[in-house]
Amino acid sequence: MNEATDNIIVFDKVNKWYGNNFHVLRDINLNVRRGERIVVCGPSGSGKSTLIRCINRLEEHQEGHLIVDGTELTDDVKAIDKIRKEVGMVFQQFNLFPHLTVLENLTLSPMYVGKMPKKEAEEKAMTQLKRVRIAEQAGKYPLQLSGGQQQRVAIARALCLTPKIMLFDEPTSALDPEMIKEVLDVMVEMANQGITMICVTHEMGFAKAVADRVIFMDQGQIVEQNTPHEFFNNPQTDRSKDFLSKILGH
Amino acid sequence: MSVAPRTPPAKRDWSWRSQAFRGLLYQIIAVVIIGGVAWWLATNTAENMRVRGIKSGFDFLTQPAGFDIGESLSKFDSNDPYWKAFLIGVSNTLRVAILGIILTTILGTLIGVGRFSRNGLVRGLCQAYVELFRNVPVLLQLLMWYLLFTEFLPDVTEAKRIGDIYLSKGGITFPKPIWETGHLFGVAGLLAGCVVAWFYRRWARSKFEATGQVRSMFWVPVAIVFALGVLGWLVGGAPSQFAVPAKGEFAVEGGGALTPEFMAVLLGLTLYTAAFVAEVVRSGISSVARGQSEAAQALGLSKGQEMQQVLLPQALRVIIPPMTNQFLNLTKNSSLAVAIGYPDVVSISNTALNQTGRAVECIALIMLVYLTTSLLTSFFMNWYNAKSAIKER
Repeated sequence: MNEATDNIIVFDKVNKWYGNNFHVLRDINLNVRRGERIVVCGPSGSGKSTLIRCINRLEEHQEGHLIVDGTELTDDVKAIDKIRKEVGMVFQQFNLFPHLTVLENLTLSPMYVGKMPKKEAEEKAMTQLKRVRIAEQAGKYPLQLSGGQQQRVAIARALCLTPKIMLFDEPTSALDPEMIKEVLDVMVEMANQGITMICVTHEMGFAKAVADRVIFMDQGQIVEQNTPHEFFNNPQTDRSKDFLSKILGH
Repeated sequence: MSVAPRTPPAKRDWSWRSQAFRGLLYQIIAVVIIGGVAWWLATNTAENMRVRGIKSGFDFLTQPAGFDIGESLSKFDSNDPYWKAFLIGVSNTLRVAILGIILTTILGTLIGVGRFSRNGLVRGLCQAYVELFRNVPVLLQLLMWYLLFTEFLPDVTEAKRIGDIYLSKGGITFPKPIWETGHLFGVAGLLAGCVVAWFYRRWARSKFEATGQVRSMFWVPVAIVFALGVLGWLVGGAPSQFAVPAKGEFAVEGGGALTPEFMAVLLGLTLYTAAFVAEVVRSGISSVARGQSEAAQALGLSKGQEMQQVLLPQALRVIIPPMTNQFLNLTKNSSLAVAIGYPDVVSISNTALNQTGRAVECIALIMLVYLTTSLLTSFFMNWYNAKSAIKER
């Protein structure tokens, strides 16, 4: 395999602004290898979420090129549809559909987007629910579950599309400390199965355990990237030293 | 150490200072006061009417009305009793209200959803519609439509003819099929079509679930209903006798007719209320959290699927209560029909009131009609609301 196809995501000088004055992504260059597990961290407002939301075009980049699995993201609706089928996303606020049962949440997209027969979609959904250890709740509605359970359902829902890439946008930030572990356990299991993962998180334990690379962002730029071991033990910039001293301070 | 779960205690504290006792006491006081006021009003009115020698009672309902009614679903003549006149008034009100509610829901939802369109022109037009129609008093709009129909259409004697349809100040007159037993087959065909269409939809749904193939859930069933209706009509011998309107000396005679009064009331109420319904729908959709839309997009759903499967079902619980208000408003606003001479229940009761002098009775009847209609609407909408509620426990 050559270099180009080995990179599943390529950011090439990507720029984005909110309004006219807020330059949220500045000249982002980033290559993500197939199967790579990346943790993105940095202070709030540094553009971490915006960066990963560009990958499935929940946000639009305004300059540069962004290529996901060989398809360049442009205004082309077909390209966007194709990429969204290959990219699963987990949100900080879970964003489960409260009017549908857990099982219906999981089968919605396979049935309507993937044109999959209902029976097959349900079987697949149950497999995913078992994988996140929540199969017994399939008939319940999302708001009847705890936060940790909801987030695990959200992960299962994203997996139902059999994505090549999984994006996590601060998946544990809205959870009680007790529930963070059950979600992280599921994520660690996934990481060990070879899917490409990009995860915005401040869970440094998770980063150390599974990440191949840690990316540190500040003010819309990638300031530093390194292996977790190097990044945590030997940060190169003042900004990352400062950041680490704050989150590891206690 | 563990405590086994048990049922909550049944006993309630009824001491002088308990919330339960205070609550009950206030309720009793309120009921006594309201009952007292009502009793005083009733006896006072009855006494005053007795002193002035005003007759009361509902005996007048069986007397001949002595007036004609401009339009009615069944034949009415001036020798018929008052109660029949009232019934015709009620049926005219309901005819406008039911048709109006259906049309305004469709139009209002389209405009409300249109305000989220990616097309700027569609968005702008929808907004312009809302601002125009909700900011002009509905009475004025009714008068405007009525004027348009009666001013700009030709006189009845010079009715404009399009095929067998006549347009004039008298309204739209059109050929009406003459009822024959053969039509019964046609009606039976339509009913059979509804049944078949229902089964078709069930089949299409199960097919979608089994294979993931999407089939038309609307146009094909509609086609089935029509095809079977036509088939039944053909089996019945294809009766095609029409009462064709013809220009008489003073009027267009024969056939069916839509009067300008009816059209003005229906159009005016529908267009006015649709502006409010559109805002109700828009606020409902906006109330669904942004994350829901993002999740739907991330899952690859198209704009239409996102609206149908994710946004609208959740918007419904916000939409239904104010939507009920709009339905009730439309029904009650139909009483403005009196201004342009549409014989609704208010207009007919007014005439009856003037002729008989039984003001209390006539007003009570009008109130009873609107109260019954409104309560029935509310009950239905509350039931629907409970059905679409989201389960949280």
